[in-house]
Amino acid sequence: MLNFFGRSQSRDVAKNRLRNVLAHDRADTSPEFMEHLRDDVMRIVSEYVEVGGQGVDLQLQSVEDHVALVANIPVKQLRRRGRPGNN
Amino acid sequence: MGEVIVITSGKGGVGKTTTTANLGVALAQLGLKTCLVDADIGLRNLDVVLGLENRIVYDLVDVVEGFCRLKQALIRDKRLDGLSLLPAAQTKDKTAVTPEQMRTVTDELRQEFDYILVDSPAGIEQGFRNAIAGADRALIVATPEVASVRDADRIIGLLEAAEIPPARLIVNRLRPGMVRKGDMMSVDDIVDILAIDLIGVVPEDEQIVVTTNRGEPAAMSRESRAGESYRSIARRVRGEEVPFAEMDEPTGFFGRLRRIFGQA
Repeated sequence: MLNFFGRSQSRDVAKNRLRNVLAHDRADTSPEFMEHLRDDVMRIVSEYVEVGGQGVDLQLQSVEDHVALVANIPVKQLRRRGRPGNN
Repeated sequence: MGEVIVITSGKGGVGKTTTTANLGVALAQLGLKTCLVDADIGLRNLDVVLGLENRIVYDLVDVVEGFCRLKQALIRDKRLDGLSLLPAAQTKDKTAVTPEQMRTVTDELRQEFDYILVDSPAGIEQGFRNAIAGADRALIVATPEVASVRDADRIIGLLEAAEIPPARLIVNRLRPGMVRKGDMMSVDDIVDILAIDLIGVVPEDEQIVVTTNRGEPAAMSRESRAGESYRSIARRVRGEEVPFAEMDEPTGFFGRLRRIFGQA
């Protein structure tokens, strides 16, 4: 919400800053967290595409006022029919 | 068998000691035998907030080192039946007590009291480790500020790792007027972000300064709004369902009138 002068209210600013900082804190203080997330993401993704081995990159990034989970996964090729074993 | 509850926050200055003192008073007023333990060794404060500073003979470290029996170190509050304090040492530091020793002390207190409230020092180092060592559950104090909520989140993670059951949250020093104007995070904002259960909301109250000056916790008097909140929290601690009071400050003529007649 914007206030009278067109600035966002400090309550909302505080909330966004907190969400942002906590996303990083939670990921940093629990090293297994990112590891598990990466493993699970890769398991699902590889059902659809053949992942190009090295260079999988998964990280939390601050984008303006929110946190984004950004993945860079090299793809060797797409599987012909989505999830294998589904047909 | 009594229950051991640690009161903690991570960040300093958010009102752990004031909360411990007032909650202790409120529990004792309900007729529950309550012992307050100051785990902030080297920075003893709970004694002055309670106004018991002149009655200290022995302290927690004396008990642990075997200079006295536990009962000799306990100070009974003469104003309020059922309330006792186990003071911290002022001359030692956090390393004077180990988590195992702390557990031994709180376990002994369980035999005697219904509730043992442990006032944790700020931080996440050994003082904190000691404070949570014997705890069955935790109450987390946070003010509606980014730094305080952030530290509370870290503490929640550490309590989970220590396998202490889900902590409950006390939002302290809330200013409802500022929340309405969009200048302070609301209780819902904080609960939403931390994803833990709320056990109470304490409004900012100048009476806290006055009562702390006097060494008479606000919960001892009927006039303080904060004191009223602590009494509600005490009842929730022992398992009662107490509805959360509307935290809106009364405004306008009728609001002021309501306040005068004590319904606000």
